[in-house]
Amino acid sequence: MTLTLSSTGSARRRRRGPARQSRAGAAFVAAYVILLIAFGILPTGYAVYFAFTDAGGTFTGFANFITTAQDFRFVDAVSHVAVYLVLWLFSLVVFVVGLALLLHRLASGKAGQALRFLYYIPGALAGAASVLVWLFMLDPTVSPVSSLLGTLGFHTFGEVIAPGNLALLFTIIAFWTGAGGWIVVMYGALNNIPKDVMEAAHIDGANAWQTAWRVQIPMLRKWIVYMVILGFAGGAQLFVEPQLLSLASVGVAGRDYSVNQLTYDFAFQMNNINGAAAVSVELLVVGVSAAALFVARSGFFDAD
Amino acid sequence: MPIDTSPSSVAAPRSVRGPEAVSRSRHRTSRQRRRPARHLPSRLLAASVLAVFVVFFVLPVLWLVLAATKTDQQLVHDSPLSIGSWHTLEANWHALTAYQDNAIMLWLRNSALYAVISLAITLCVAVPAGYALAMTEFRGRRALLISTLVVMLMPNATLVVPLFLEINAVGLIGTMWSIILPYSFYPFGVYLTYIYFTTAVPKDLLAAARMDGCSEFGVFRLVALPLATPVIALVGFFSFVANWTNYFLPYVMLPESDQMPVQVGVGNLLSSVPSFNPTVGSLAIERPQLALATLVAITPVLVVFLFAQRFLVSGMLAGATKE
Repeated sequence: MTLTLSSTGSARRRRRGPARQSRAGAAFVAAYVILLIAFGILPTGYAVYFAFTDAGGTFTGFANFITTAQDFRFVDAVSHVAVYLVLWLFSLVVFVVGLALLLHRLASGKAGQALRFLYYIPGALAGAASVLVWLFMLDPTVSPVSSLLGTLGFHTFGEVIAPGNLALLFTIIAFWTGAGGWIVVMYGALNNIPKDVMEAAHIDGANAWQTAWRVQIPMLRKWIVYMVILGFAGGAQLFVEPQLLSLASVGVAGRDYSVNQLTYDFAFQMNNINGAAAVSVELLVVGVSAAALFVARSGFFDAD
Repeated sequence: MPIDTSPSSVAAPRSVRGPEAVSRSRHRTSRQRRRPARHLPSRLLAASVLAVFVVFFVLPVLWLVLAATKTDQQLVHDSPLSIGSWHTLEANWHALTAYQDNAIMLWLRNSALYAVISLAITLCVAVPAGYALAMTEFRGRRALLISTLVVMLMPNATLVVPLFLEINAVGLIGTMWSIILPYSFYPFGVYLTYIYFTTAVPKDLLAAARMDGCSEFGVFRLVALPLATPVIALVGFFSFVANWTNYFLPYVMLPESDQMPVQVGVGNLLSSVPSFNPTVGSLAIERPQLALATLVAITPVLVVFLFAQRFLVSGMLAGATKE
């Protein structure tokens, strides 16, 4: 790609002291490398060390992994997160792509810009704020959609947050805060599809549906993969939503719901740092593999 | 990324392309659009889908704003989208600030302190690093670039417990450095700067400065840095938002109320709301006050959003268009 060419090209062309430049380059990145080691690599290594040792520091092999996997909450937490991930990724792909296509087809100029911004606003409520807002939305006594909740058969907050509903509720919350950003991204990617391609589809008599299905969606593929990988990696780490819900329901719902909450409980409630480290390492492996796979295979980032 | 937040932050990291490119292509597509009248019913259907989602995304925010102006009774009995009164809003504010002797202001101050110091360190570290990755050659450059990409794509929550173990080992738990330092490590900022320099700044420009006898540091400070203003703003924006909205890390590192940032503080208010936790008694906070607290907690980010729409788009598309 062009970047790659120009960078090697000018390196060759450079007349004055590649050594001097190399030293300068190293100096410019020094502070960043220190932070990368201190807050990226070191904690990872530290967690791995804890995961394979006991409280006394003796090597224990996979003992911590086995003990934590046998914890009565572990399998539940993994399956909760799995169900949540399926719902979350499904809604991301279907609704984000669908809305981006609709916006691209229907709303041009100012209207489209306004709509995209409105969809994006909840992004400002990332973190605890989005959960608080949705606790209100889901409480039939104060919710603006209490009649809708009533029609669905929910008359108390307790009924809404029944265990079977949680994965769906967390999906709604995550979608509400995160989808707008992805819609903006997909919309931008749709704008990047060359005009000739769209024109050709039109001349061949493709209707809107066929154009979307056979031309636009295939060309969005790498963006959809990007979204799914980041959505997967982020979703696997579910923490704030169930944690705050368990605060709001005094532990009735959302307690020990996700794998990350379990690491928190191991570390801070049960004082089992080694167990917490073992579960963290499992989550790390998931996160790093998703990221590494994407960097290596997508051709998305050309790390020249 | 240690600095970004949970599933929602998924939306933050992205890539590069100038806003002008975005608007150019938008014009292009609007010209090419055709509107055959026979598709009217399907167009109406599509438009109503878009409208339903506007309600979905906006209604909760609107409700939140209105809720802060009402009393708890009004919240339950009045229509959900009715407006309360200025007087009630003031009363709610007083009740909120009275909670734990103005804890909310202390939390806001903490959040601002943490977010701004981390932002400053992030800029001092990430901009030179991104510049060096893009414009100079040095040993280990490729390895550094790849590790930056991998760490950047990792969700921030992954490292929270490992970071806790590490920070605990050096005895910094409960100090502001326990979150400021991890926040300052912001690989996405390095990546944004890297992309910016590789795409927007010609290397010949730097070569010319070198030939004129500029030192390497001089080239960076006198030539590259003045050209980098847009990307500095962009990195600053994303770093600020990520720092401000992070919940898990401070939740673990700063358990004392007087050190909490506002996100964690407001989350904790939940357990003082009688309708959620009937056992609280006299320390109670009512729902409208909780709504107001939520609103106060997000205001800085919301303001930044409103003024930085242009950045948002270009930042989210960054890297997208490197053909």
